[in-house]
Amino acid sequence: MSFISVQHLWKGYGGLVVLENLNLDVMQGEFCTLVGASGCGKSTFLKMLLGQEQATRGSLTLEGEPFPGEPDRNRGIVFQRYSVFPHLTVRQNVLLGLELEQKPLLGKLFGKARQEAFKKVDSMLEAVGLSGASHKWPHELSGGMQQRLAIAQSFMMRPRVLLLDEPFGALDPGIRNDMHQLLLKLWKETGTTIFMVTHDLHEGFRLGTRLLVFDKVRRDPHDPEAYGATITYDLQIGKTDTDTLSDIEANVLKTARNQAA
Amino acid sequence: MRLINRHPSRLVALTLGLIPFALLVLIYGIASQARLAENPSDKLLPGITQMTAAVERMAFEEDRRSGDYLMLKDTVASMKRLGMGVGIAATLALVIGILNGTLPLFRANMTPLVSAASMVPPLAILPILFIVFGLGELSKVMLIVIGTAPVMMRDMAQRVRELPQEQLIKIQTLGANSWQVINRMVLPQVMPRLIDSVRLGLGPAWLFLIAAEAIASTEGLGYRIFLVRRYLAMDVILPYVLWITILAIIIDQCLRLINRRLFPWYNVGGN
Repeated sequence: MSFISVQHLWKGYGGLVVLENLNLDVMQGEFCTLVGASGCGKSTFLKMLLGQEQATRGSLTLEGEPFPGEPDRNRGIVFQRYSVFPHLTVRQNVLLGLELEQKPLLGKLFGKARQEAFKKVDSMLEAVGLSGASHKWPHELSGGMQQRLAIAQSFMMRPRVLLLDEPFGALDPGIRNDMHQLLLKLWKETGTTIFMVTHDLHEGFRLGTRLLVFDKVRRDPHDPEAYGATITYDLQIGKTDTDTLSDIEANVLKTARNQAA
Repeated sequence: MRLINRHPSRLVALTLGLIPFALLVLIYGIASQARLAENPSDKLLPGITQMTAAVERMAFEEDRRSGDYLMLKDTVASMKRLGMGVGIAATLALVIGILNGTLPLFRANMTPLVSAASMVPPLAILPILFIVFGLGELSKVMLIVIGTAPVMMRDMAQRVRELPQEQLIKIQTLGANSWQVINRMVLPQVMPRLIDSVRLGLGPAWLFLIAAEAIASTEGLGYRIFLVRRYLAMDVILPYVLWITILAIIIDQCLRLINRRLFPWYNVGGN
């Protein structure tokens, strides 16, 4: 049985169809990148995996069980921005998850337990290259370092599924490359199943094990909201030839232009 | 260069800021002198001499009848009322505001009431407070609470809802329950905003304090001003108003400093 199974999934808001008839099976430990034009439901799909949005029709299951209807600690998330806590230092941000887990009432660790937890936190900060910044506030960090922190914060809880919503969209290209290496390293170490939404097609082509392209197959010029997007390509990364990639690029670009019009 | 791009240097800014004050003092001085020249016992625009004499009498000499230092007694009484009123209002605002902002069920239940309550003109229910709580301290404190709390509650709820949705999702993915979300994410982040809210609420709080003291009291800054009004004692009223203003500025600046000290992550780069 597959780890995550999506069957005949539809999502709409009133008359607007966002996703139509999505079918997908994902094995544990896969690294899926989701690409597509804006408005093609990538983020909506991610929100459904997170539990922030519910499917209109169809089923979405994790090991045969329906996805819980609210976010929980089995599914980590990294957003493009705002996913670290501004009132906590770098170290406290990573510690937070452990505190919440161990102290249901206060949500705060003291004394020896705190020191123990900090050992784990510090080795995680070491892994993401933030050791030197452990006592800084998030606003003192660059965009790339903030994302490192957000990733560390999520990996600390060892989520079964990690969701990334354009995590590197606001970063410089050079830094983006470093972040890719970091993400791949942590993914290999933990074996977490990853879904990453990206705008950058080439990022999608290179990173991860599987590429999912969200695109609109049908389009009614008089009623652009009538049809939703679906998965048009589902490819194993590494076995893909360049022709397919340029095909995808052309298709996605066309949809993007249509959406804009 | 365009006017919108011309910035004053520090010294120029300071001078520009002081000019209106200097002008006010100057105009008052000239007018006061003119009146006093015509009638040395004029009470309407007392000069510096009369006012210092009045301050000396009120602040540094025992009252002949009661043996108290009146200005000190008035200040202590007023500050107690103000402190209690604003303290209670801020606590209420924090609790109700956070619950309103965080829990949709509580919000649906309480927001209409809070909104309606914030529309009631507090001075209109002052007679009710006097009838229910008597003419003692309680009714004055209650007026300040009723006058400032509802607006602060709404402000707090709004501040909670302005926290990025991403944070709320994130902390849930770290396993937080509802209580932990409040305790570790919402509360620490709205504390500095509460202090800001209190700073804004102090204006109305002073208004209600003076109003309540004017109507029924035996001591307090507002009481004194309205008492000596009967004798046209501008030489007492003006220094009292100045003193109230100074107190208000001191309180405001203290709160601002507290905010900066305790919450270095807040208002980054601003003041």
